[in-house]
Amino acid sequence: MLEGILIGLQTALSLQNLLVVIGGCLIGTFIGMLPGLGPMSIIAIMIPVAITMGDPSAALILLAGVYYGAIFGGSTSSILLNAPGVAGTVASSFDGYPMAQQGKAGKALTIAAIASFAGGTIGAILLMIFAPMLSTVALLFHSPEYFALMVVGLSAIAAFAGPGQVTKALLMTILGLIMATVGEGALFNMPRFTAGIMDLQSGFGFITLAMAMFALPEAIFLVLKPKNLGDDGGEIKDLRITRAEARAIAPVIGRQSVQGFFIGVLPGAGATIASFLGYAVERNIAPKHEQEEFGKGSIKGLAAPETANNAACTGSFVPLLTLGIPGSGTTAILLGALIALNVTPGPRLMIDEPQIFWAVIMSMFIGNLVLLVLNLPLIPYIAKLLAIPRNFLIPFILFFTLMGAYIGQNNATELLMLVGFGICGIALKFANYPLPPLLIGFILGGMMEDNFSRSMQLYGGVSFVLERPMTLGLLLIAAALIIVPVLRTRLAK
Amino acid sequence: MALDRWIALILLGICIVYGYTAWFTMDAGLAPFMRRNPVWPSSFPKVLSVLGIAASFIILTGLEKSEEKIGEIDHRRLTDYFLGQALLLLSLMVVYALCLRPLGFLFSTSAFLIIGSFILGERKWHVMIPVALIATGSVWYLVQEVLGIFLRPLPMFMGV
Repeated sequence: MLEGILIGLQTALSLQNLLVVIGGCLIGTFIGMLPGLGPMSIIAIMIPVAITMGDPSAALILLAGVYYGAIFGGSTSSILLNAPGVAGTVASSFDGYPMAQQGKAGKALTIAAIASFAGGTIGAILLMIFAPMLSTVALLFHSPEYFALMVVGLSAIAAFAGPGQVTKALLMTILGLIMATVGEGALFNMPRFTAGIMDLQSGFGFITLAMAMFALPEAIFLVLKPKNLGDDGGEIKDLRITRAEARAIAPVIGRQSVQGFFIGVLPGAGATIASFLGYAVERNIAPKHEQEEFGKGSIKGLAAPETANNAACTGSFVPLLTLGIPGSGTTAILLGALIALNVTPGPRLMIDEPQIFWAVIMSMFIGNLVLLVLNLPLIPYIAKLLAIPRNFLIPFILFFTLMGAYIGQNNATELLMLVGFGICGIALKFANYPLPPLLIGFILGGMMEDNFSRSMQLYGGVSFVLERPMTLGLLLIAAALIIVPVLRTRLAK
Repeated sequence: MALDRWIALILLGICIVYGYTAWFTMDAGLAPFMRRNPVWPSSFPKVLSVLGIAASFIILTGLEKSEEKIGEIDHRRLTDYFLGQALLLLSLMVVYALCLRPLGFLFSTSAFLIIGSFILGERKWHVMIPVALIATGSVWYLVQEVLGIFLRPLPMFMGV
């Protein structure tokens, strides 16, 4: 391994590759801030540039830098504008945005930068150690276990909604799952619930729904009840994290780096599930008085998903590099890039082309460091976005909300849907229905149905629940997660 | 009846219509060979409809005890807030969606940003107009020229 690390360092530390990783991180960060352009779109856009570079190591280093930068950029728009551009950063807005509203935008971005750096770096160390071994463990998870894992994830989100809110959160999750069934599914080649409307053939757009449920209601609430977003007048007074805060988030970062990485290794799980599960787990294990702070600007609530999504991004490289199986949409695009560069990922990559394998891992360390070094000094300037007067800022938020949906689908009907869903989101917010579960249900709905259907087909019915002990165990945990808080609330009354 | 229960009632209606489609109409056109499969396109929606109806029912009947909480805005006193501005901005978004293609990106977006600021009470035209024009031009250049995503810049009748 030492030899491999040295080969990787030699490749990654060449002047050309250092410039490539810095450029990739910067491009990823700035484009990732635009709602609607997630890592997948940015990497897809950058592939022609990477291929023209000719050198597979440099090309992969560029794409890895763009990937990390885009995840961090997505977190920035989640925290400052409550407009998550990618599914993996939705959970960062739960506490990041309330922090920004309390005048702690600088601190929130600092925590995000440090947590991302730590998650990515620890993830890369784990990748180095466990990559060969983990590829075989990931193969033990099959469709029934993936389905059960998603049920646990969704139940955990509903269960931790707060006293008296469990059923509302559950209903929102189900509504999200229902919305995910609209359009043509991957397994069934037929349109469902489209009412003959052509624009619904491909289903609802994720970005449209994300903007409608988060950014639009928030902007309209700012119009209804004006408040000064930048309470500190654009001065980022509390950019630094205190020693007590660092002590509070350190264990969260440690736990979520490991958990996020291992979730990322599972093909199909990825940064989204890792960030939601990370948030749910930290909320569950926090002391009671801290649990109430989650969703209102908790630093732990921000550090958890930020660490987990970066660690999971690193983990998702395990099946890609060692088995040639992409674990997410983004790594699928990376696989396409590898093939275009005449590199065949798989068990022999480490043996046949160690300079590529290890250079990518080393570039992850360098990329994370570059992101931290570049972004920390930029935070005061990024956070000044909130000091823009309300009369100018709100039309811009609404414009970027609309653009996010438009760029994603290139369809004006999408904009009308955005406004329609936005009005529904406002009504749900008035009635205190939690909106994140709806979006999470929608994001996981397609994957969940695919795994459910595949399990049913493999086992000829629902017998997979009883025949696979791990599936049964996970489903029992999910049931307990829903029933216990409801019973506890009833008994407390 | 509280707003959350009204919404639960509406969602119950949606779940019933969704369930009716899944249970009774969706499988009508299913090919005979697909009927032998253990899983049909309607299988997952059937499960969801039952769960959705059950959850809506629990909220409607108040089986899960909860107190009515008023969020940051009290919906019963909406007229106390800037409701007119909010409604005008939502209408402006609809108009923007309808005009984006026929009037082109540059004109529609500049107008959206200027009128949006105007609705919110801004009257500094010497700031509003240049800010809107520069922002519109920059975004168009970034999206169209740098990222290569087509955005019709000028009105449709100009053929661009």
